Amino acid sequence: MGLRDALFGRTKQVAPQLDNIFALPSAALTLQSELDLVTSGQAGLCFKSGSGESTMLSDADIMELLNFEAEKDSVTLTTDDLGFKWLVINDPTVDGLVTKIHSANSTMVEHQLGPRLLCAVFGFVPVTPPGEGAVRLVYLLKQGTFYPFAPTGPHQRNNELELRVKSFLGTDLVIEKDLSRWMALWNLPVN
Amino acid sequence: MSQTKIETDHGLNVRMFLTGLSLVVLYLIITTLLIYLGVAYGLVIVIVAALIFSQYYFSDKIAMFSMHAHEVTPAEEPRLHEIVDRLCLLANMPKPRVGVAEMDIPNAFATGRSPSHAVICATRGIMTRLSDEELEAVLAHELSHVAHRDVAIMTIASGVGMLAGLVSRVAMWGAILGGGGRGGKNNQNAALVELATWVVSILIYVVAYLLTMALSRYRELAADRSGAILIGKPSVLASALVHITGDMGRIPRTDLRKAETMNAFFFVPALAGGTAASLFSTHPSLEKRLDALNKLERELNG
Repeated sequence: MGLRDALFGRTKQVAPQLDNIFALPSAALTLQSELDLVTSGQAGLCFKSGSGESTMLSDADIMELLNFEAEKDSVTLTTDDLGFKWLVINDPTVDGLVTKIHSANSTMVEHQLGPRLLCAVFGFVPVTPPGEGAVRLVYLLKQGTFYPFAPTGPHQRNNELELRVKSFLGTDLVIEKDLSRWMALWNLPVN
Repeated sequence: MSQTKIETDHGLNVRMFLTGLSLVVLYLIITTLLIYLGVAYGLVIVIVAALIFSQYYFSDKIAMFSMHAHEVTPAEEPRLHEIVDRLCLLANMPKPRVGVAEMDIPNAFATGRSPSHAVICATRGIMTRLSDEELEAVLAHELSHVAHRDVAIMTIASGVGMLAGLVSRVAMWGAILGGGGRGGKNNQNAALVELATWVVSILIYVVAYLLTMALSRYRELAADRSGAILIGKPSVLASALVHITGDMGRIPRTDLRKAETMNAFFFVPALAGGTAASLFSTHPSLEKRLDALNKLERELNG
């Protein structure tokens, strides 16, 4: 936000950064070799449903808009208890998940819904459960940065594991440097 | 303090004493300066002293208010009360009031003008992050602050710093008021003298401030030590410190979606911070505290 906008109190909506997400497949290889974590086959896109002409969309409208067919693409749309929409995508490969999430993102941006995008979440699970526990990689769309989130209970998270993931992925991914932005996402609909 | 179960670290005591002594010497220098300046400023000094005293006298209320903390009953927070009960029995000290601050930042504090008017307070963030054992260690550290009467000591220490600041201001007024009336070289000399007083006072203020910070860091180490000895396990306090300071302490427990709804400015990049030199810090660095606790662990085992 520039000085003039600040003076006149105009808030520009922040456009999302979509491209850093393509680094994920190479990071997934590192996760497997270093921490024995593989994709859970699920990813989710979280966005805020708003009111207004272009945004008062039913779930069916959104699915149509995003060009997804629930059965063929194994995509579901849910609303969580905080009122955020989750587009949950199933695909056995990381490449597939990234491609589908990116196409959903681009479509949202084309329809001026970009500012509503909050984050994308990719699930990673241990090769041999229980291992050290599952980790989600959260992609902050406004920042274009990733951070790990390893919940271990209703309001507990494994910070040691998260910091280890960060140290391994630092070269592959743009990791969020400000640790106070590593917000939790309790009760995720994404495995 | 005499009846509490605390063993002493002599090196630490000596350092604390020397820091305290330096502050007293400073205080003497300041009083001398004040006499030179005349009694007219006496009233100002009295007001400042009264302010400092009320800050000390109402320290519990001020801290609770500024941290948005509220007092809790045993029925509301059974876990917290149970731990504090047990520690107070162990240390043979009166049980302080117990409070909780509803914030995600992991922190705990104890304050109050005396052990019988003390309040011990934990944030929601520290309670969710730490195990019962670690929380006990942190509360033992805070109870040690109460037993050591750290509020009184730090009030006196920072009070001296404030007085020094006052002197520098008084000198500055003198420089401005003394500027008119006289002419020629005399005026110039007087201005120079005033300027020198001003510079010296500022220096005194800076030194006093640094010493206060150093004293605060020693008090922290002393509280670490007493707390660790009280629970008998320095390593548990060490692990609690690792979990709440540094990288891990910064990772929030707040939900991304809630933060996004609450705070419109969340996506504005934060100013780069957290690089304050250790000289200006009220707490010793994590490494220093862990080193001291490791040493204590070896002493206790060996």
